[in-house]
Amino acid sequence: MSDLADLYQQTILEHNRRPRNFKKLEPADRSAEGNNPLCGDHLTVYLRLDDDVIKEIGFQGSGCAISTASASLMTAAVAGKSKTEAERLFHDFHEMVTGGPDAPADPRVLGKLAAFAGVRQFPARVKCASLSWHTLHAALAGAAQPVSTE
Amino acid sequence: MYLDNAATSQKPRAVLDALTRYYEEGNANVHRGVHYLSEHATAAYDGAREKARRFLGAKEAREVLFVRGTTEGVNLVASSFGHANLKPGDEVLVSAMEHHSNIVPWQLICEERGARLTVIPMNRRGELLLDEYEKLLGPRTKIVAVVHVSNSLGTINPIGEMVRLAHAKGIPVLVDGAQAAPHLPIDVQALGCDFYTVSGHKMFGPTGIGLLYGRADRLEALPPYQGGGDMIRSVTFAKTTFAPIPAKFEAGTPHIAGAIGLGAAIDYLGGLDREALAIHEQDLLRYATDRLSALPGVRVIGTAGHKASVVSFTVEGVHAHDVGTIVDQEGVAIRTGHHCTQPVMDFFGLPATARASFAFYNTRADVDALVAAVEKVQQVFGA
Repeated sequence: MSDLADLYQQTILEHNRRPRNFKKLEPADRSAEGNNPLCGDHLTVYLRLDDDVIKEIGFQGSGCAISTASASLMTAAVAGKSKTEAERLFHDFHEMVTGGPDAPADPRVLGKLAAFAGVRQFPARVKCASLSWHTLHAALAGAAQPVSTE
Repeated sequence: MYLDNAATSQKPRAVLDALTRYYEEGNANVHRGVHYLSEHATAAYDGAREKARRFLGAKEAREVLFVRGTTEGVNLVASSFGHANLKPGDEVLVSAMEHHSNIVPWQLICEERGARLTVIPMNRRGELLLDEYEKLLGPRTKIVAVVHVSNSLGTINPIGEMVRLAHAKGIPVLVDGAQAAPHLPIDVQALGCDFYTVSGHKMFGPTGIGLLYGRADRLEALPPYQGGGDMIRSVTFAKTTFAPIPAKFEAGTPHIAGAIGLGAAIDYLGGLDREALAIHEQDLLRYATDRLSALPGVRVIGTAGHKASVVSFTVEGVHAHDVGTIVDQEGVAIRTGHHCTQPVMDFFGLPATARASFAFYNTRADVDALVAAVEKVQQVFGA
């Protein structure tokens, strides 16, 4: 039986209540939109880049607690990181939320993002946790089309 | 606790047995062989059509087509009626509370034919505005397509009155009866509608089978939807002539087992006191509405005066998907999301709602479990 307390950790509930970097950057160097058409979750990620480094990041949109908290924690985690480091974090995060029960959730690597380890017990909610990351990835790649995790 | 009956209902033993019996003892194609098994299967298939005729209150069995479900029923009429009747500038009138399956097929054909979709508005309770509807029935309106019971709001629309108003101007009406079939007795002749379509799986039958009723003269006037075997009278490479209805609209080997299973579901419903069940469902609706509304921060969406046992609601400060996950962990299955009615969500300014939908086999104890689970949601979120 999967455990609610694993999914709705205090960190997640707190970031859902008070999302960090919840703002539009004007002007932004890059932005991308993400949608979960089935859920109705949608968000936009804004970036200011300094060469290869994410100097500033913001997001706006609406969604469930998991997608809002994930976007909030993601912005905190990747600010000041290089594109490569951000993509590396996305990879590790994705492994954690889609992996089996023994998938690594190393707090030394993932920091506060490890709060999302419980998501893997709830397959229907994986797309909520990963929407903001896919959107960040699209923004970094300069994609013109909105991304969708359906 | 299963409170997602508007998505699909559970199946009675009689339906499962009918499916098994067909495949184990009576499997053969219909309308083809002269052998015993084929004749047996044909009789069972046509027998199911007669049961469906009685269920819908149609005058003749040939007015009842087997389709995959409501979605295919709407697509069939949109395509065949649209190709025969829609011209640039014409209008198709739908309502503000339609399921995507009664919007998108019409959008596709409208785009192809240069016609446009017009929309009957509703009020904040989720009731269609009949005065506005009457005004929208104009000289360019070629067909009205409207839902009998809203899947996201529960509203029961006054179909008889709406058909009367459309017919006064010579406009045919298609009714999406997917959510009505499990809750209300249906009588297409009393309603007077031209087309009526339902899904088997929402009325205790199998998935992949549904019904489309079309008044005989209407169906005869339509071109075929799909070509293939069984729908022809004669075929040469120069010209094909088509079979009479209903075969004209049933190309290829049909879902024989599904039709027989749906017939068994109709028999099952026929053996129940549907009036008593309707009273029971209305009690569940009132009880669930009262108990959920009594929770602080919980708001019921869809408060029409005339409703089926569907309760959409929101919990303040909590997204519907978080409600759904937590309620599920408490052992209660409900639907969360936009319920394939995005325009309805937009109208109420909501991204999604949680929805409990009741069938006759649900009880007040199920409602109590739901309410306790919603309290758990509020506890987790500290709301």
